[in-house]
Amino acid sequence: MREAAVVVQPNPLQRIPGVAIVLVLLIALFSAIAPGFLSVANLSNVLVQSTILTMLALPMTLIIMTEGLDLSMGAVLTLTSLCVAIVSLATQSMLLGLGAGLLVGAAFGILNGWLVAMVGIPPFVATLGTLGMAQGLSLIVSDGQSVVGIPHSVRDIYSATLLGVPVPIVMALVTYAAFHGLLYHTRFGTYIFALGGNREALRYAGLSPNRLLIAVYAIGGAMAGIAGLLMTARMNSGHPTAGLGLEFDAIAAVAVGGTSFERGNGWLLGTVLGVIAVGVLRNGLNLISLPSSVQVASVGVLVIVALFLDGLRSRA
Amino acid sequence: MTDITKDAIAPPRSFLSQDALQVFYRLLAALLICAVLAVLSDSFLSLGNILNVLRQASLTFFIASGLTLVVLTAGLDLSVGANVALSACIAGTVIHKTGSPALGILVGLACGGIVGLLNGVMVTALRIPSFIATYGMLWVLNGLTYWYMAGETLHGFPAGFRQIGSGYLFGLPIPVYLLLVFLGIGTAFAQRTVWGQEIYAIGANPVAARLSGIPVARRLLLVYVVSGTMAGLASIIFLSRLNSAEADIGESLTLPAIAAVLIGGTSLFGGVGTVFGTFIGALILTLVLNGMNLLSVSANWQPLVTGIIVILAVWLDMKTRRRAQ
Repeated sequence: MREAAVVVQPNPLQRIPGVAIVLVLLIALFSAIAPGFLSVANLSNVLVQSTILTMLALPMTLIIMTEGLDLSMGAVLTLTSLCVAIVSLATQSMLLGLGAGLLVGAAFGILNGWLVAMVGIPPFVATLGTLGMAQGLSLIVSDGQSVVGIPHSVRDIYSATLLGVPVPIVMALVTYAAFHGLLYHTRFGTYIFALGGNREALRYAGLSPNRLLIAVYAIGGAMAGIAGLLMTARMNSGHPTAGLGLEFDAIAAVAVGGTSFERGNGWLLGTVLGVIAVGVLRNGLNLISLPSSVQVASVGVLVIVALFLDGLRSRA
Repeated sequence: MTDITKDAIAPPRSFLSQDALQVFYRLLAALLICAVLAVLSDSFLSLGNILNVLRQASLTFFIASGLTLVVLTAGLDLSVGANVALSACIAGTVIHKTGSPALGILVGLACGGIVGLLNGVMVTALRIPSFIATYGMLWVLNGLTYWYMAGETLHGFPAGFRQIGSGYLFGLPIPVYLLLVFLGIGTAFAQRTVWGQEIYAIGANPVAARLSGIPVARRLLLVYVVSGTMAGLASIIFLSRLNSAEADIGESLTLPAIAAVLIGGTSLFGGVGTVFGTFIGALILTLVLNGMNLLSVSANWQPLVTGIIVILAVWLDMKTRRRAQ
């Protein structure tokens, strides 16, 4: 099993150019045309704002490696963010809020995984259905209104620092380390490579691909729960459209980062660089006063270009 | 998705074979929902409400009918809602600027068609999986529409133009006549033309279709253009019914359209389904949402219910197909 995984692991020399070139070009472009882009304050701002996306994009990488997709992530994040807000408001406890977010997120993840693995519904439709469900539940629990007045303990998470490093960045780094360890240094990680690359092999090895798939989607849901806490802390409220379209930025980051949609290999560091590329793109367009609508459209173009290049490479 | 060979043996189903039975079940389900709603709500059986249901169903049907062809090829078009919004905003601007509804309608249809063409190019020439390509397109269109409108709302169109969406002819809403026309055209195209049958063949087994000389790429392109143009048509009806255009009108349209296609019995795996089934699907979905409305369930529940219906519809489809095998 170990050897098989090594074979499908990405060739870094082939990968690094793609996403690194995109990132360098974007940084060079905005350094030239966007005043204030290269300041320390702005760059650290980009990094802090990228933390929520990192927490979605890392599990999205695993899901896409299994030839899956999770369109519900943004909507689930909205719902978990509201759960964090409502529960922490009611109990004045940050941990109970986080627990509620994790629970709801993981429940949606398990539902996604169950629909994909056990029922056999194509991932993009199964998660489109749960997207509607999470969106509906968000409207129902919030009655379409913002949840305000959340306790300080939640708010402080986004603004506090640990040894001079903002806590969101610490959380993102810990998440990355955990995912890196999980994917590259555990048996479970090897199985994830096999889920996309050679599912039959798993079955012959006596493993249940279905249970593994459910676990992968459950991780995605749980991470949406943690990201929901950050989102609530960042907005200082729960809002029924907070995560709208975030799954798209996550998919964009994974695609730009060089994880293939069809071959079951993925590259976590590439995804992180992809997240930063999306963050730089949005921040730079914002600095030259282009509206968020143009940012959305340009991320869309970025995805299509990245997928086109991915298609070229897979045929090469 | 790799067991396409199993389906390849079954010929494209004609209207009267097993599909007739599937459609019959769905009609029965629609009638059952009607009966339940008639018992639960006094106002359900009023003429006004029934005409309202038909009009709503026709709006969903226009988007869903084009989408049906896409799903028949085992593809998906997630950009239809965003396409409706962009086409409506551009058509509305043209009508405001030129005062000519005819020109606006043409531009709206063309805009929808061009978006469909771009989707088709991404799927055929660039070989991006359709759900990802059209999902990217969704956000590109959303961004364009919000940027173009810049928070403005277009309001107030000529009375003649508004007749299209809100007028009546012999007591029936005009969209219902349009629905009948496009139901006829769509059914005839899919069941009775060579191109239509080729679309079924591509969905059932793309490799066999290519080997038997069907120009797969050109037919796929056609299917996405039709889907986009139907979204353009829906945008005109919306514009004329709402008498206004805003950037966000498309956001709640895609999921219901997909739901209508799937409830109607069109299989996500391609090659199985009918345009008439999609009409029944649109009717069932509208009845459910209308019933919730009549029973004064908050509109906040609609996405939840639509999402559950999408999943149930796919689940049922897979179950019946498994049993058939």
